[in-house]
Amino acid sequence: MKCWLPQPLFSLCLWMVWLLLGNTLAPGQMLLGAVLALALPLFSVRFWPDRPRLRRPLQLLRYFAVLLWDIVVANLVVARLILGPTRKLRPAFIRLPLDLCHEFAIVVLANTISLTPGTVSADLSLDRRTLLIHALDVEDEAQAIARIKDRYERPLKEIFEC
Amino acid sequence: MVELLVSFFLVAGGAFALIGSIGLARLPDLFMRLHGPTKATTLGVGGILVASMLHFSAIEAGVSLHEVLVAVFLMITAPVSAHLVARTMIHLGGGDKGIPDAPPGAKSRTGMKNGNEPELEKT
Repeated sequence: MKCWLPQPLFSLCLWMVWLLLGNTLAPGQMLLGAVLALALPLFSVRFWPDRPRLRRPLQLLRYFAVLLWDIVVANLVVARLILGPTRKLRPAFIRLPLDLCHEFAIVVLANTISLTPGTVSADLSLDRRTLLIHALDVEDEAQAIARIKDRYERPLKEIFEC
Repeated sequence: MVELLVSFFLVAGGAFALIGSIGLARLPDLFMRLHGPTKATTLGVGGILVASMLHFSAIEAGVSLHEVLVAVFLMITAPVSAHLVARTMIHLGGGDKGIPDAPPGAKSRTGMKNGNEPELEKT
């Protein structure tokens, strides 16, 4: 089991990408996609010396649902900030201390921060302990950090084994 | 009915893309300008993709779903490019204003300078 299916979720993703690319559910394409989805991880497994382990895949779906909603909200918020008077904006850099230990989880968090309201991740410290964030309009720095930690980092910590 | 929905999503998507571009032109410095393209444009393209899915699902047999891939790839690449631009700016020393001091012992990867000004310069 372990040797011919090293990354079941990765295989599933590949299979879905193949079907979406073809925009089809024809049996032939499904079979071809399945063969590729099984074969590619076998070749690429050595590119991932330290694979992230998903502890709760279902919670990842919930995370993406929250993220999708937040992206819509983020767009409305940023649109309002852009169209409003720019002098009133209070841009600031924030240092977010990271509790995540796995690189992949940090990447997901950094991307999430860039996609959600008024924040863009700008730099990761060398020891991977702090993430530098630029925020468009900060009212309370501690509150902004608490929000990111509570809403995004904690679920990610649960999803990925850390 | 479908045409109404399609046109709604097209107009909404176009409006968000426009707002993102206005932000790019209007906001005073590079770091603030990054916020426009990473967010407003995501929803702009998203709206146009939803319109495309609705339209092609309606006029052709079957459901058109490969737009989902465009959205997924956009959500992966947009933040990464914004991150690269921001880091390049910090690395070049143009963005040292307002960056909080590194905690003791933490080394910066890009050699950030510690800024003294509490706020970013507004032009």
